[in-house]
Amino acid sequence: MLSFIARRAAVGLIVLFGATFIVFMMVTLAVDPLAEIKASSAPNKQFLIERTTANLDLDTPPVLRYFKWLGRLAGYLWGNGTFGVSILTNQTVASQLAVAVPTTVKLVFASVIIAILLGVTVGITTALRQYSAFDYLTTFFTFLFYSLPAFWVAVLLKEFGAIRFNNFLAHPKLPVAVVVGVGAAAGVVAAMVAGGRARTRLTVGVIAFAAVTAVMVYVDAANFLLEPGLGVVGVGLTGAGAAVVVTALSSGLGNRRVLYAALSTVGVGVILYYPLQFVFQVASWPVILGLWVVAAAVGVGVGLAWGGPDRRVSARTAALTAVIMSLFVFADRLMKAWPAYLSSPRVRGRPISTLGAVTPELGGTFWFSTTDVLTHLVLPTTALVLITFASYTRYTRSSMLEVMNADYIRTARAKGLNERTVVVRHAFRNALIPLATVIPIDIAMVFGGAIITERIFSWRGMGTMFIEALRGNDIYGVMGYFVVTAALAIAANIVADLIYAGLDPRIRVNE
Amino acid sequence: MSPIPPSDRQPDAIPDLSGAIADIDTVTGTAGAGENAIELKASEGLSQGQIVRRRFLRHRGAIAAMVVLGALVILITTSIGWGPIPGWWKHSYSATYPIAIPGGRPTLEISLSEGIHFGEHPFGQDTVGHDMFAMTMRGAQQSLTVMFLIGLLATAIGVLVGATAGFFRGRTDTLLMRFTDMMIAIPVMVIGMVLGHWVNGASAVTLGLALAFVEWMAMSRLVRAEFLSLREREFVDAARVAGASSARIIVKHILPNAVGVIIVNATLLMSAAILLETALSYLGFGIHFPDISLGNLVSEYQSAFTQRPWLFWWPGFFIIVIALSVNFIGDGLRDAFDPRQRRIPSKRKMARAARKAAR
Repeated sequence: MLSFIARRAAVGLIVLFGATFIVFMMVTLAVDPLAEIKASSAPNKQFLIERTTANLDLDTPPVLRYFKWLGRLAGYLWGNGTFGVSILTNQTVASQLAVAVPTTVKLVFASVIIAILLGVTVGITTALRQYSAFDYLTTFFTFLFYSLPAFWVAVLLKEFGAIRFNNFLAHPKLPVAVVVGVGAAAGVVAAMVAGGRARTRLTVGVIAFAAVTAVMVYVDAANFLLEPGLGVVGVGLTGAGAAVVVTALSSGLGNRRVLYAALSTVGVGVILYYPLQFVFQVASWPVILGLWVVAAAVGVGVGLAWGGPDRRVSARTAALTAVIMSLFVFADRLMKAWPAYLSSPRVRGRPISTLGAVTPELGGTFWFSTTDVLTHLVLPTTALVLITFASYTRYTRSSMLEVMNADYIRTARAKGLNERTVVVRHAFRNALIPLATVIPIDIAMVFGGAIITERIFSWRGMGTMFIEALRGNDIYGVMGYFVVTAALAIAANIVADLIYAGLDPRIRVNE
Repeated sequence: MSPIPPSDRQPDAIPDLSGAIADIDTVTGTAGAGENAIELKASEGLSQGQIVRRRFLRHRGAIAAMVVLGALVILITTSIGWGPIPGWWKHSYSATYPIAIPGGRPTLEISLSEGIHFGEHPFGQDTVGHDMFAMTMRGAQQSLTVMFLIGLLATAIGVLVGATAGFFRGRTDTLLMRFTDMMIAIPVMVIGMVLGHWVNGASAVTLGLALAFVEWMAMSRLVRAEFLSLREREFVDAARVAGASSARIIVKHILPNAVGVIIVNATLLMSAAILLETALSYLGFGIHFPDISLGNLVSEYQSAFTQRPWLFWWPGFFIIVIALSVNFIGDGLRDAFDPRQRRIPSKRKMARAARKAAR
């Protein structure tokens, strides 16, 4: 194993070396650091040219300059390395990276998680309903999303997701047509997904229609968009819903002990709801993450306490329920900060932002600033999710189809397992293996390739840094960006191999 | 066979496991002799080409996409003419005209009672009076040129590299594949932008040539994998025993067998290419004003979205329709070339057949 990692890392370093060399040469050919000075009419033009030439060492041939740059970069190995200094801003490239990397990580992290969850769910569903109307419909839409130019989507999102939505928020009244239309659409989709006999489909469709319409009527009547909040009742209800869904997927509702374990976890959550509000006053990200872990632990505890021969299933289900339930509690607390956020002088009732990663000089509590971060994340994340989730859907679908045709699925059915066990326990897990290898590479690709999204929504992340460096003929800025993204891409490849080897016992890395 | 299921969309997203899984061969689901016999019967007496063509024609989405793309290409190439060849549209993309409807609104009217009226400027005009229809056509011409150029050239490079690496193996393979790895490590947008910056203010042709050097990597990997498995087959040995040279074996014996992979990937590559070109032009690293591409039209008019949405909708619409059609054609081709693809009748069809049999 270690020798495999070492070998791959060595190859990776060589690849990184070659790739940086190629990019360095291309950039030296493409950019002219003296362009601006040459075009200017400054009286001391000759002096400026000479100074920049000396500064950037332009008299040295590019190949030598590359090795000099590499030598300075390699200095990080013994603690005094440098990425160089940007000629645009006179900042060190390292300090620019220190700002850009976290911004992009925030953007990529959120969108990748949502895209995976959405893509896998839709992919599995279409695979299980292969050649159905739902399958064809999603195929069409995934192709459509895949064909969307990022910049075009982003402009539309700005117009409809931000400007019009903010206008709408001034007088949030949902028209009856919209309520019925959205409800009907949800009903139709649910009926298509449900499959089976016409009667089952109809029932599911009607239930979905009723539920969605009811929620929208409630949202409208309770002025939810301006003063949202789930309250202890809402948290309890949504938690119970989550418990039922999680149980249905993990062990089936027939296993009463598991269901009760999940439901009693929800009970514990409801009891802790009011005490938690006091804890939330001193909230920060470490506290929240800590609470999350505690919640999962409580879930495990409750599950084990229910005992029985399959208490591990109970523990797992209850823990998952607890984690989801915590999300609702968290969301509920965030919603309470919403009215104050809306009316704050910097926001002035137009919450969805189209520019930047945070509102400058906003201040306020943890909940206040988290709300601000989320309102800034909404649009760029949606844009990225729309474009990336299509590939996850297709990938999951083809992987799931391949697994469902495998012999061991036939065996599982033949020995009398019910469909849920076959799908969730046998097929789903194996279908995820190839996906797990795509994800690290995809993350690396989005990280380096979210350039357009960042640009349009004015996030000062890696992409913006790269574009500005390239426009400003700043080679060290471009190289700084590139070293980080390329190293990430290469590392992602190695990680993908390791995950594959870890998950699939047929693959041995030591040969 | 690779244990990874064929990626539907991103061939380059398949991790390189060549080191880790050198010679693993998963046991694929053999469907049983009975099913096989039925399949064999269905394709009895047909050549490979005929089978593929039949399968492709069965894919309704792909056929529809083909018709749409064909119509678009005809419209785009004939309407404003190309180069010295005149077209039938009365306006030019570079001239300005008096504003027909205040605000430059589109004169295209579609109503049930009166049919379709094109009017003077069907796609509208911008503030200065440019005809949006002619500009969109010009932009689409440029984007299509870039798309086809990238498609052809990148495919050629990819096949060349992949075939050489896969056929000769050994040191050639290692060298070429390491080089491919290096190129893959560079995000497509980055190298595209650097190249675009380099050929600053490029014409469609130079941009297409430059970008072809960005998109060939996935193709070369797939072709290499295909060659690695095909070169071990008996017909290659037979050809070699008969005295064929390496070049002849590659071109005459192996390449025709790898054509499925190549064609499918070339289509997908083209749909990625048009998105890449428009994105680069949008960011200002591709085709510049005063020349027109669909991407820089969107970029130019995005701020006018609230007042003149048509300036924004039309170029975007053409990008999407072209990319979508190419994607659907690619999907149809993949299905057609996939030997494992089986036509499974739906439950409804089975029930209908059963009813018929009972009668």
